[in-house]
Amino acid sequence: ETNKLYCTSVKCCIFELKAELNSDKKEKKKEAVKKVIASMTVGKDVSALFPDVVNCMQTDNLELKKLVYLYLMNYAKSQPDMAIMAVNTFVKDCEDPNPLIRALAVRTMGCIRVDKITEYLCEPLRKCLKDEDPYVRKTAAVCVAKLHDINAQLVEDQGFLDTLKDLISDSNPMVVANAVAALSEISESHPNCNLLDLNPQSINKLLTALNECTEWGQIFILDCLANYTPRDDRESQSICERVTPRLSHANSAVVLSAVKVLMKFMEMLPKDLDYYGTLLKKLAPPLVTLLSAEPELQYVALRNINLIVQKRPEILKHEMKVFFVKYNDPIYVKLEKLDIMIRLASQANIAQVLAELKEYATEVDVDFVRKAVRAIGRCAIKVEQSAERCVSTLLDLIQTKVNYVVQEAIVVIKDIFRKYPNKYESVIATLCENLDSLDEPEARAAMIWIVGEYAERIDNADELLESFLEGFHDESTQVSETHTHTHLQHVLHKHTQNTPDSDNPDLRDRGYIYWRLLSTDPVAAKEVVLAEKPLISEETDLIEPTLLEELICHIGSLASVYHKPPNAFVEGSRGVQHKRLPARTASGESAESPDAGQSVGGVSDAPPAVIPSQGDLLGDLLNLDLAPPSASVPVVPASMQMGVDLLGGGLDSLVGLHRPSGSQYIAVGLAGGTGGMPAGLGGTPAMGGGLGDLFDLGGGVGMATGSYVPPKAVWLPAMKAKGLEISGTFARRGGGIHMDLSLTNNAMSIMTDFAIQFNRNSFGLAPAGPLQVLTPLAQNQTIDVSLPLNTNGPIMKMEPLNNLQVAVKNNIDVFYFSCQYPISLLFVEDGKMDRQVFLATWKDIPSENETQYQIKDFHLNSDAASTKLQGSNVFTVAKRTVDAQDLLYQSIKLTNGIWALAELRIQSITPNYMLALKCRAPEVSQYICQCYELLLRN
Amino acid sequence: MIGGLFIYNHKGEVLISRVYRDDIGRNAVDAFRVNVIHARQQVRSPVTNIARTSFFHVKRSNIWLAAVTKQNVNAAMVFEFLYKMCDVMTAYFGKISEENIKNNFVLIYELLDEILDFGYPQNSETGALKTFITQQGIKSQHQTKEEQSQITSQVTGQIGWRREGIKYRRNELFLDVLESVNLLMSPQGQVLSAHVSGRVVMKSYLSGMPECKFGMNDKIVIDKQGKAGASDEAGKSSGKQSIAIDDCTFHQCVRLSKFDSERSISFIPPDGEYELMRYRTTKDIILPFRVIPLVREVGRTKLEVKVVIKSNFKPSLLAQKIEVRIPTPLNTSGVQVICMKGKAKYKASENAIVWKIKRMAGMKESQISAEIELLPTNDKKKWARPPISMNFEVPFAPSGLKVRYLKVFESKLNYSDHDVIKWVRYIGRSGIYETRC
Repeated sequence: ETNKLYCTSVKCCIFELKAELNSDKKEKKKEAVKKVIASMTVGKDVSALFPDVVNCMQTDNLELKKLVYLYLMNYAKSQPDMAIMAVNTFVKDCEDPNPLIRALAVRTMGCIRVDKITEYLCEPLRKCLKDEDPYVRKTAAVCVAKLHDINAQLVEDQGFLDTLKDLISDSNPMVVANAVAALSEISESHPNCNLLDLNPQSINKLLTALNECTEWGQIFILDCLANYTPRDDRESQSICERVTPRLSHANSAVVLSAVKVLMKFMEMLPKDLDYYGTLLKKLAPPLVTLLSAEPELQYVALRNINLIVQKRPEILKHEMKVFFVKYNDPIYVKLEKLDIMIRLASQANIAQVLAELKEYATEVDVDFVRKAVRAIGRCAIKVEQSAERCVSTLLDLIQTKVNYVVQEAIVVIKDIFRKYPNKYESVIATLCENLDSLDEPEARAAMIWIVGEYAERIDNADELLESFLEGFHDESTQVSETHTHTHLQHVLHKHTQNTPDSDNPDLRDRGYIYWRLLSTDPVAAKEVVLAEKPLISEETDLIEPTLLEELICHIGSLASVYHKPPNAFVEGSRGVQHKRLPARTASGESAESPDAGQSVGGVSDAPPAVIPSQGDLLGDLLNLDLAPPSASVPVVPASMQMGVDLLGGGLDSLVGLHRPSGSQYIAVGLAGGTGGMPAGLGGTPAMGGGLGDLFDLGGGVGMATGSYVPPKAVWLPAMKAKGLEISGTFARRGGGIHMDLSLTNNAMSIMTDFAIQFNRNSFGLAPAGPLQVLTPLAQNQTIDVSLPLNTNGPIMKMEPLNNLQVAVKNNIDVFYFSCQYPISLLFVEDGKMDRQVFLATWKDIPSENETQYQIKDFHLNSDAASTKLQGSNVFTVAKRTVDAQDLLYQSIKLTNGIWALAELRIQSITPNYMLALKCRAPEVSQYICQCYELLLRN
Repeated sequence: MIGGLFIYNHKGEVLISRVYRDDIGRNAVDAFRVNVIHARQQVRSPVTNIARTSFFHVKRSNIWLAAVTKQNVNAAMVFEFLYKMCDVMTAYFGKISEENIKNNFVLIYELLDEILDFGYPQNSETGALKTFITQQGIKSQHQTKEEQSQITSQVTGQIGWRREGIKYRRNELFLDVLESVNLLMSPQGQVLSAHVSGRVVMKSYLSGMPECKFGMNDKIVIDKQGKAGASDEAGKSSGKQSIAIDDCTFHQCVRLSKFDSERSISFIPPDGEYELMRYRTTKDIILPFRVIPLVREVGRTKLEVKVVIKSNFKPSLLAQKIEVRIPTPLNTSGVQVICMKGKAKYKASENAIVWKIKRMAGMKESQISAEIELLPTNDKKKWARPPISMNFEVPFAPSGLKVRYLKVFESKLNYSDHDVIKWVRYIGRSGIYETRC
């Protein structure tokens, strides 16, 4: 019968409805309103019926009333004047003896987003906040948040925030929960004023309410608790003790929010405390239980477990089995489980894991199978003892001859070869049998790499390669990206030059192969060259530690599902605040002591496991007491977070390689949207609104101002641009990037209508706003403009890397020029790495990624050098003096999240500085080295 | 918080659309339809981000429920809410189908208004909701003032799941221990993983506001009592029968802090049927069946399969609804089956041989053998050999869980624990019970 409602509603005309709405018969009226709502649902515009529907509002039929309210909420905004007609009824209903009606009225009124109405709302709302009935009060509490969303000022002026704060002490737990939810939301848009005013007394109230309110209320309270920073470890422990019972709640969200609170507050507990161990043990079972929930929740849980496992691997290290994939798991659960399995793989369980992975490699879903094969490779690299078994498993898989399995296996075998050189070359023969079936660039590249690398050990390497190349003669004509070419030539040059005078047959062979390759197939050659990028560390996809810490603070939320900070996907001011794990503070110390505040998060307690090997210079860093030259580094969240965000997509596209990875998977999802997202922005979801604010924020902190600015250079001579001369430079100020331009008019006429545009470039530099030349440029006049830039633009690798192609338009013509920026422009303010992280990262980056560079004839002591470099965001993590030479350990972070670690060796005997630079993306190393020289000399 | 909630049919036509937040526009409704429901690819994630808007979805038969937001919401809460929403709808009008949704759309809007305020979930216990949201919808006008305040105090109260003044002539309760036993076994008979996930479902028909206390053979409790108890022997004998529970979760009526400190399960139950607790065990599980597969490839066009099942429980007990599902390759052209017991059939549409046995006593064994003819293919990809799966139902709890007591106290009314009629039933079912071959 209602089915008819839906159908007819599409056809039935407004006119008929109007008549029915004005009918005298109650039933008919009600049916008509139902039809209107049905039409509204299917997206038909029934706003024309506004007055007629509002007329039905004065009724004692609650069902009808609710329907009318529903209509009002939808259309009031489009008919503000008529919406006023409804006000009286609302005000009257707020006085109704029936609490259900009072609540209904105040609930609905808050949803009517018309300015004029909000004024009338204030008085009823004030009454309802103090209503005798808790049902009305809990509804009114939420209404304050609604009103704040419409008119924040009004809420403050009317003193509703104070009333709301009072409700935290309400006798009814549900009122408390809703008040907490409302206040939490409001305080998100007021990051500075301490609205919630969390203190031990109010925390106690919340913890009491926690035991009594609904499951949803418990979530609000726990999420709010997570924002509190206990004064000391004792308070932290007592809160943990009262939160742990929640781990047995049937509602997974309650459990995850409790886990969040515990993970956060645990940071403050001393590790030798018995309770600390107890707590760790208590966390595992509920996390495992989450895996028996419905698949969607399992997915959320797994994404979170992925974070927890990275932060505290000890919690789940014995639970490998529960992450075994079930045949009928949805694909998104399977992929996540696989990820966690790899993270948990260790020598103790590797046999089991491998057996499972082999099983998965025969499944149906191509993505899953590929990931499983890759996982086998990862195991080999992670657990050295298992490498041999992994290789033989991979060989078994190659025997299946399933095309994509073979290709994936070859890619990972290449990685294994690189990690363990000259160990498994006996398998090369088997690999070579599969040359014909390789049709994916990555697999081809891997195979060519292998053949090239072991050319001297393969009797018929030439032959093999030739036959291999023949296969794709046809498909490889359309390649002409010049930078690839030059890059290649550079590499080839080296080899071919070596070849004639080298009597090392190995080198000659390799050069020969490269040469053949280039002349036959530039695509494959490109892949080969790029595949030289060393990326073999144990866990290539670990989340960067600062981001991980922030995500731990967001357990259970969307951020933890996307593995991105909220500002990467939330617009506006909400979620911009960065959350951090609390630092450990013993109850003896005062929480306010600046020392305690400085040690950031959980990394402050040094893992005792890191025992430096003898003679390892870096190892001694741990024992150093010397503070780095400048104590605190202001945090510029924007650039930092954006960097992290880009790390997945950005880095890969920079290098031109395409590897499917977890984070990219989501990035693609984001980019896939058609609604409102400019296509060019695909893959870099963090941008827009929040950004400007963030830079302002950075500016307010008072940046180090000593950043190096190269002198202005003429970029566009007047001759080439019909009289317009452009000179300029780049500067980093207040955490933002600026292009400082001088425009000179050497022409005979006035110039107007300036605009600027950048070509795609290596780091996505793009103007953050229009070129502000407000007045026309008269003859012989020069104007200085500063153009703020961001790094959200499209990315394309340039040659040289720091090249920027610019187009400037004025009323006369469009002109093009290119310029180069010092890479130090991209060094971000939060580039200071924690010592432990530095140490681990340095060890982790393979030595083939190290670049040596000498800065000659330079006299400056290490402190001066350190200060100078710090001005341009090169941060000294630690300093050491050994045998009359100073060693500075420094970290740099680029806007796209690439880290570079440096060791600067300053000898007092010779005037030369030695720089050793390690970076996972070695492409940037040479530029950074040059920058060092530039920065030091200026 | 949740910005909007949409319900679609399988074609992507919107049946219910309720927007709670100003940042969600009508275009969100279409974005989800285009990018998820009509997406060419299989859904790769239950959370989708389209143009900075996040969509959470669950599917019930062919109905899509989607929650939309632009904020960093608690993702677990959103899914829990969507499930709850399904429960509430089912409790009101039965199966979630297009027809039922269309027929009850006014009711659904009314519910959505009540259980979600500005995107914040509110009390969504069906027991409480049914006191003032009815399918007739007009109840509240005829209520007395006491009734009204009773409703509001229940909706907001500490015991939001039970109303006062419930009366039964016969106080009765039913406890069902429902377990699903999960197994993954290697072809060689090695247990790769096994666990029981169990639920204790209670149907209570009790008057007043009864205090209940539930006890089971939980190892931690028994050990504690064993230590405290005078007789060592008693402690030992009961200790043998106790089970180690890895983890358990409870209905919100259970006092969690009391469980945490004393490990006692005390609560005031909702009226009628509800799930008291869930638990998981991994130790000393009784695996009711063992499946022994033997697959032999005879040339490229023939497979020989032999599967033996052995029942592993007391001979006096009977397993029911036994079904063994043996997957067959996609290029199967014909199958010949011989089984000792029950009926076996090759189902081409499901690519499996399905072998059904109505009943089977403990400590028995049965066998099926099949010859599978294959069409020659030039498909290089080898057959993936999905695992052999099994379904069954047994009248005991594979975890070994035993209910020791369920005590009822109602001090205000004059009935005692002895007057309550109590029923306990154990059912063990197969969860994912797979043996690789």
